[in-house]
Amino acid sequence: MAEQKYRTVAYYPGCALEGSGHPYNRSTRALARKLGLTLEDVPDWNCCGAMEVKNIDPKIQTYLSARVLAQTRHALRQDVVMAPCNGCYHNLKKAEYDLAHDAASRAVTERLAQQAGDTPYVAGTVETLHALDWLKRAVGEDELSRRVRHSLRGLRIANYYGCMYTRPRHIFPEKDQGPGSESTAKPHYMDDLLAVAGAVNVEFPLKTACCGGAHTLSDSDLSTRLVVNILQAAEAAGAEVIATECPTCHSGLEMHQIRAEQKLGIKTRVFILYFTQLLGLALGLHPREVGVHENVSDSLAFLRERVLA
Amino acid sequence: MPIHEEHLIRPENLTTHAELVIDGVDVSGHWSTFIESRVVTDYNERLEEEIAALPGGEFIHRCWQCGSCTNSCTVNALIPDFNPRYWIYLIRTGMEAELLRDKDIIWQCVSCNKCTYACPRDVFPEGVMKATAHWLELKGHTPKSPSTHFDEVFTDQVLARGRIEESGIIRGFFARTGQALLQDWLVEMTKRLLRHLPLWLLMRMGLAQILKPRARRWDGARRALNNYVDEQHASHRRALGLDRLVAAAASELERR
Repeated sequence: MAEQKYRTVAYYPGCALEGSGHPYNRSTRALARKLGLTLEDVPDWNCCGAMEVKNIDPKIQTYLSARVLAQTRHALRQDVVMAPCNGCYHNLKKAEYDLAHDAASRAVTERLAQQAGDTPYVAGTVETLHALDWLKRAVGEDELSRRVRHSLRGLRIANYYGCMYTRPRHIFPEKDQGPGSESTAKPHYMDDLLAVAGAVNVEFPLKTACCGGAHTLSDSDLSTRLVVNILQAAEAAGAEVIATECPTCHSGLEMHQIRAEQKLGIKTRVFILYFTQLLGLALGLHPREVGVHENVSDSLAFLRERVLA
Repeated sequence: MPIHEEHLIRPENLTTHAELVIDGVDVSGHWSTFIESRVVTDYNERLEEEIAALPGGEFIHRCWQCGSCTNSCTVNALIPDFNPRYWIYLIRTGMEAELLRDKDIIWQCVSCNKCTYACPRDVFPEGVMKATAHWLELKGHTPKSPSTHFDEVFTDQVLARGRIEESGIIRGFFARTGQALLQDWLVEMTKRLLRHLPLWLLMRMGLAQILKPRARRWDGARRALNNYVDEQHASHRRALGLDRLVAAAASELERR
């Protein structure tokens, strides 16, 4: 059921979407325009802390993410923020949880905000959405199915959600709430949306497996092995494309697909696309408008061959 | 005695006698493999406290050794010696010497949080892995891991400017770890990327390297965060008694 309040939301692209994840940024914005949704950029946003800052100190990550929520609330006067990146989404949700439940996190964040001269964020005043929640809630399957112009024609897709969309589950209290809600054990929001767009979702056992993204460069041999598992499992399940919803996973799959080819001689042919790119194509957007040419995984010829582009 | 599951015992703890007679009974060959008895005396009774004093280690005391963490672990599936349940056991019993046998792989935790998801006691084993890796480095048992170098390069950028620029981090990381930036697979990836990449995006990426994205009005946050980091470092050093250790080493040197 589409909800009016989610048709205009604050937008937090984050650092990756301004760099290597640009095609995700581009396709998300293109989808919003096509669907008549409004994205208001969070003014003067900062890095959420990604996966690295918490290893130096977790409370710095809490402060950084809380600052983004505070900017949403105080500078933009919005009470819903949408973050397409799993890392950003996870960190904002984690900050929300920690500030509501942990007095020490609250004290450090408030002190840092005060010293920095910001207005501190108060837990419970901003709702954080992933791009998947946003499309489900603001548009929903019914409207989306009416809007599909070019069906994905039975394209066989493995939906890959990665780690940070569902784990740890305590920071996602709205998930696992029965019918209609997202599942942390077997997420399905991306499957639901792509099915409406005409895709066939293959039974993919590694939906929430880890790509080794946190150590993609610092322990690249291990990351390559983890990615090879994912790529090969997707192919074994009959997938032609892996749909992603996280820039770290997406870049990791692309990067280590090449690395596996070069270092281990393991070649996989499955293509990697952001789910927003696939939805955009189904809504009739040109591949350039959703940034297919900006991906490392070169799927243009394949998409043309399948009459999807 | 034949030993069941002999592979679980380290070879150095097994002794086989080619010829042995005990109480007049010849037990040579197959019957003469013995597990050496072992007495552990070098406990570090403060080990659990030290790990618990570092961020992520706070809830290690909750563990009841069910093994859900190791069972669900991404890294354990590829590196069987990567065993969070066992390390938590060693830390809680103070078996520092045993823990140190695995010191070079503990940093390899990929933070997938499958253990945190599975843990019935809210130990947050992912945090315990980070605290333990941190402890190993602070105590000087291991050099900084590649992951720590990456985290530091990344965090330095965030603290300095509020935002990161990816290519700067990659360059910084390869420089700090003494690796060539032109890894063949990175070169190949860049080549493939450049096949279709529009010129304006390339220019924008180039410009970002020079102009460096930054949050506005960040000076206050930078000062506050740097002070906080210093404060935390000092508190970790106190918890691990590092300053005392350094002072003791210095006076020892002086005496010599």
